[in-house]
Amino acid sequence: MTDPSHHSDRSSGGEPMIRLEGLTKRFPGQKELAVDDLTMHIPDGEIIVLVGPSGSGKTTTLRMINRLIEPSSGKIILEGEDVTSIHPDRLRRRMGYVIQQVGLFPHMTIAQNIATVPKMLGWDRKRIAERTDELLTLIRMDPETYRSRYPKELSGGQRQRVGVARALAADPPVILMDEPFSAIDPITRGGLQDEFLRLQALIKKTIVFVTHDIDEAVKMGDRIAILRERSQIAQYDTPEHILTHPVDDFVRDFVGTGAAIRRLSLSAVDSVKWAEWPVAQLPAEVAQVREVLGRSGKSAVLLLDEERRPLRWVDGRALESSDRLSVEPGAIALPTVLPTTTLHSALDEMLKSGYGSVIVADAGGHYQGVVDLETVLKAVHDMREEVVVPAQDWTPEEVVASP
Amino acid sequence: MRLRQTVPQPATAGVAPAMVTEERIARQSRIPRWVSYAGMPLFLALASLALYLWVTGQELDSIEQRQLNSEFITDKLIEHLKLAAVSTLFVIAIAVPLGIALTRPLLRRVTPLVVGVANIGQAVPSIGLLVLLAVVSGIGFRYAVIALVAYSVLPVLRNTMVGLQQVDRSFIEAGRGMGMSKASVLARIELPLAVPVIMAGVRTALVINVGTAALATFVNAGGLGDLISNGIALNRTPVLVTGSVLTGILALFIDWLGGVTEDVVRPKGL
Repeated sequence: MTDPSHHSDRSSGGEPMIRLEGLTKRFPGQKELAVDDLTMHIPDGEIIVLVGPSGSGKTTTLRMINRLIEPSSGKIILEGEDVTSIHPDRLRRRMGYVIQQVGLFPHMTIAQNIATVPKMLGWDRKRIAERTDELLTLIRMDPETYRSRYPKELSGGQRQRVGVARALAADPPVILMDEPFSAIDPITRGGLQDEFLRLQALIKKTIVFVTHDIDEAVKMGDRIAILRERSQIAQYDTPEHILTHPVDDFVRDFVGTGAAIRRLSLSAVDSVKWAEWPVAQLPAEVAQVREVLGRSGKSAVLLLDEERRPLRWVDGRALESSDRLSVEPGAIALPTVLPTTTLHSALDEMLKSGYGSVIVADAGGHYQGVVDLETVLKAVHDMREEVVVPAQDWTPEEVVASP
Repeated sequence: MRLRQTVPQPATAGVAPAMVTEERIARQSRIPRWVSYAGMPLFLALASLALYLWVTGQELDSIEQRQLNSEFITDKLIEHLKLAAVSTLFVIAIAVPLGIALTRPLLRRVTPLVVGVANIGQAVPSIGLLVLLAVVSGIGFRYAVIALVAYSVLPVLRNTMVGLQQVDRSFIEAGRGMGMSKASVLARIELPLAVPVIMAGVRTALVINVGTAALATFVNAGGLGDLISNGIALNRTPVLVTGSVLTGILALFIDWLGGVTEDVVRPKGL
């Protein structure tokens, strides 16, 4: 399940966190430029995904931001400061770095791994220990259990989470992530992505994320930069806009078929207008329900119990054969989804059940509304019309029960 | 999503017992550590005892008595150990820094040349090297050590280089990416991870040195080789046998000691 709320378009005024100005890289002995005059602004507190086919220079670009690869020309401005020629080690301590192979040091414990940068920055032992435990709690690994383990004692997914914790250790404003989830099996990867989005909702770092997977880009990115060869930006925009309005054939091809379906996984059920659906709450008389059904023009009434929990779909035929609502008429009220469910999953439920509609109920099972096929079609239509997603009010507390 | 928050991570609950089982299986399938550690010293103690009983059972003439008494043998043993220890220390002091330097990008071009020279040192027969050195420069402890170093520098040099080269690039990339300096990546990541391989090289060098130090007698540098050459020259079998057996026992003991050290200094978590 994706939480789409992070896609809300936070317009960031003022100085971007990172500015890349005319960044160019020519590797010695190569005719072609690896990166050709890239200018890009990376706003504060967002996840920016660099995505492109292999050889597009996206990793080179990322590694130029922390100067693991020195740019041949151009400027890197971090928080308004030109960092193109400061000592690279000092620059890197202000940026977390997560790589695909994770690179946890095998001869150090989890705690020692996480403490790498704080130790270099000369934090005292107590502060380091507190920070380590805090981070382990944040990535939901019990400090007591894990702090003195070695990396080989963890699963791949756990290692990647520790890798993220290590990057966060000294609380840098920027995190660079180079295909962090690519080497992990698809099931674990989905969980890690969700987990990371949950984390980002709390920490609100500026994240530059490289991937070759457009699905991952759409899921993770507040903005996506689609790169073609030599790191030329084909389109730099919100996922919504890229999916609905690809600027050219290159982007269209790269986004590929199924863009419309993908787009549905960006919106939650509660972000669209729900269908008007006839409901009746117990205790109710058969005659009442019959009247509601007649007035609605729909095929069935949704019957709720005394506490407004969906009970059954009651159609005209069921009403004829029974004169008491408390027993059995109609079909059990399925399928049910949460308001935070994506439209993509809701549509999937609809198709699976064959009803053409899903019931929306909150976590307590109380009835909220109904989404039907028409609702989804309308949502798709609206997406084409106006690409701006309705802004949503949300706070981290909504996403995370306990920090 | 909200539900997932409250459910405890299954991984957290599951890993600990699984690991305990794995460890227990590993421990059962292997011979207990102390048995494998104690086996060799026990064997060597028995061999020494047998040698002692055999020698004391012989009727020794005055020449043999002059060679086979505890004072003389202890002297020779200490000389021998000094030769081996000093030369190995020099080997470490030369080969480890050299190995580090040769794996740095700056010097990588001269690597084949240096390894070639070290190869020559080992390819030349040890006795030839020793005698050649004696002819060219001189005799005594110092020249014996030079010859031993030349002869045993290669394993440590090669293992230092291999040990550093086999360190996974992603560890170095991660370290550099976090802002560790090159020196700090070397000291805190590359070298600790290379320690097992380097130690294996040091152990080899040490064993070579203990064995080859027996030839130091030919450049008048003492050691257990004195017993062997005296035994041959004076045609006294007990002296010859004592010298050879003691050299063998010493080499095996040092090798065992090296093995234990390897296990002790190997970083945890590997």
